[in-house]
Amino acid sequence: MRARLVPLLRAVVIPAAVLLLWEGLSRAGRVSPQILPPPSQVLRRWVAYLLPTEPFDPASGESRLLWLVSGELPRDAFGSLQRVLVGFAIGAGLALPLGLLMGAKEWVHQLFDPLVQVLRPIPPIAYIPLSILWFGLGNPPAYFLISLGAFFPVLMNTIAGVRSVDAIYVRAARNLGAGEGVLFRRVILPAATPYILTGVRVGMGVAFIVVIVAEMIAVNSGLGYRILEAREFLWSDKIIAGMLTIGLAGLGIDLGMNALNRRLLRWHRGIEQGR
Amino acid sequence: MPDPIPSRAAAGAMGTTGGDRMPDAMISARGVRQVFRAGGREVVALDGIDLEIQEGEFVCLLGPSGCGKSTLLNAIAGFVPPSAGSLRAGGRPVTAPGPDRAMVFQEYALFPWMTVERNVAFGLELKGAPRAEIAREVDAWLHKLSLQDFRDRYPKDLSGGMRQRVAIARALAIDSPVLLMDEPFGALDALTRRNLQDELLRVWSELRKTVVFVTHGIEESIYLADRVVVMTYRPGTVKRIVPITLPRPRDPASAEFNELKKAVAGLVMEEQLRHQEAEAHGATAD
Ligand SMILES: Nc1ncnc2c1ncn2[C@@H]1O[C@H](COP(=O)(O)OP(=O)(O)O)[C@@H](O)[C@H]1O
Ligand SMILES: [Mg+2]
Repeated sequence: MRARLVPLLRAVVIPAAVLLLWEGLSRAGRVSPQILPPPSQVLRRWVAYLLPTEPFDPASGESRLLWLVSGELPRDAFGSLQRVLVGFAIGAGLALPLGLLMGAKEWVHQLFDPLVQVLRPIPPIAYIPLSILWFGLGNPPAYFLISLGAFFPVLMNTIAGVRSVDAIYVRAARNLGAGEGVLFRRVILPAATPYILTGVRVGMGVAFIVVIVAEMIAVNSGLGYRILEAREFLWSDKIIAGMLTIGLAGLGIDLGMNALNRRLLRWHRGIEQGR
Repeated sequence: MPDPIPSRAAAGAMGTTGGDRMPDAMISARGVRQVFRAGGREVVALDGIDLEIQEGEFVCLLGPSGCGKSTLLNAIAGFVPPSAGSLRAGGRPVTAPGPDRAMVFQEYALFPWMTVERNVAFGLELKGAPRAEIAREVDAWLHKLSLQDFRDRYPKDLSGGMRQRVAIARALAIDSPVLLMDEPFGALDALTRRNLQDELLRVWSELRKTVVFVTHGIEESIYLADRVVVMTYRPGTVKRIVPITLPRPRDPASAEFNELKKAVAGLVMEEQLRHQEAEAHGATAD
């Protein structure tokens, strides 16, 4: 009992102290609530942002669950998440087969590597002007930017993963009668999965950064758009509430990644030690 | 000596690299030489290997560690083409690996992302065997190798001996005419080893397989083989081929067995001494 309580207390003592100090400073009038609203106010704003804007109307035939998530925050969060997922799927979906080929076939690597090396160092954010020029405003430029952000981490890790596949597995598979296609699908791909998942994780992280920036500039909804909009009205409490939401969404994505890792790498040595 | 033209045409179509036609032998090596370049130095792993293995024969390759046993087996399997000489298996030149020469690797080479069951099923799936047959065969082999309780485990959760048994089951399951086995029982305890040796002999005689079995165990080679090929150390050549005519099942405690053991041990000892001397003179570096 005690053994569990002590670490728990240690874990909350610093955050609690920060919140108390923050609340105290604001209440004492030391900082303007315009600049830094007290945490209690941020919390109230966050709840208002989260809850549905209209009261539930049973006559409308709408389900209660849908009503519960009809607030501004859930809609923003779903919008951002949907952009991340679509953009990521496009970027990773292109990077994976190309990475497998570049890793396995030297001539494919020679063909594509120069272009990759030139494009890779350009931050996806730098594509924003071009993406608006090409795709206008709304989801399309966001998809484009996010897929770019996800593309290179997945590509580079897939190449490294394929190159790290132990030749003994290829030998064993050929010995058992595997042709080229089977070799790719059932040997090289699974053997490279630990690397590929690292790429997926990094790519997801980049995609999440890019979606917020893209929404601030090219889209009229989503979490990124919302905190920029709140600034126009000097709603610092809503800005902070939005930032906390972005943090929670990031945490959610990270937990999802961990679950995916555990599921796909059950066979992998050392996965248990990896927290 | 007649040299019929059709044979040249056929040989060309199969992409042969020269060498005489060797009918009948299941596996034949002629003048096989293997040179590795390691750190700027050349290592002649094999030189002038001439060997013919008949269909249904059980042959052991015996020699000290580093004498080129795995190299020869890898060449027969088609993984590494020899630097010189010719290799034929099943009447055709060896050009690539294939399921007609199932291999049990010294390093097991189990697919770590597949469970025991999936590993054993893999080769059968590649053959396009029907589902029911795959399930039946996998079951049978898991039982024969006492693996039935571990079928859903991943290789990382198995002991060395169990991994080795999975590797054996995987190779036997595809029912290939030739079995290439690289120290397959090395990681097993004595009792399990003897059981598996007997099981292998049963499979071999029942299914008329040709077995090339690499070992550094003198007793093991005499217990199993029709012929023991004793190899020399660096370069690896055939030092002596010792036919074992003892009737099976063989009794390692018998006088005849021990006679043979002494004779073969003498041959191996000579090579081990050469090995040690070579090392003492700094001519080798493994
Ligand atoms: N890929 C390789 N590159 C360089 N040297 C090798 C390679 N494979 C084997 N050798 C060398 O060839 C010799 C024979 O090796 P090997 O066939 O593995 O011996 P054995 O199986 O009899 O223990 C050894 O001296 C080894 O160091
Ligand atoms: Mg070896």
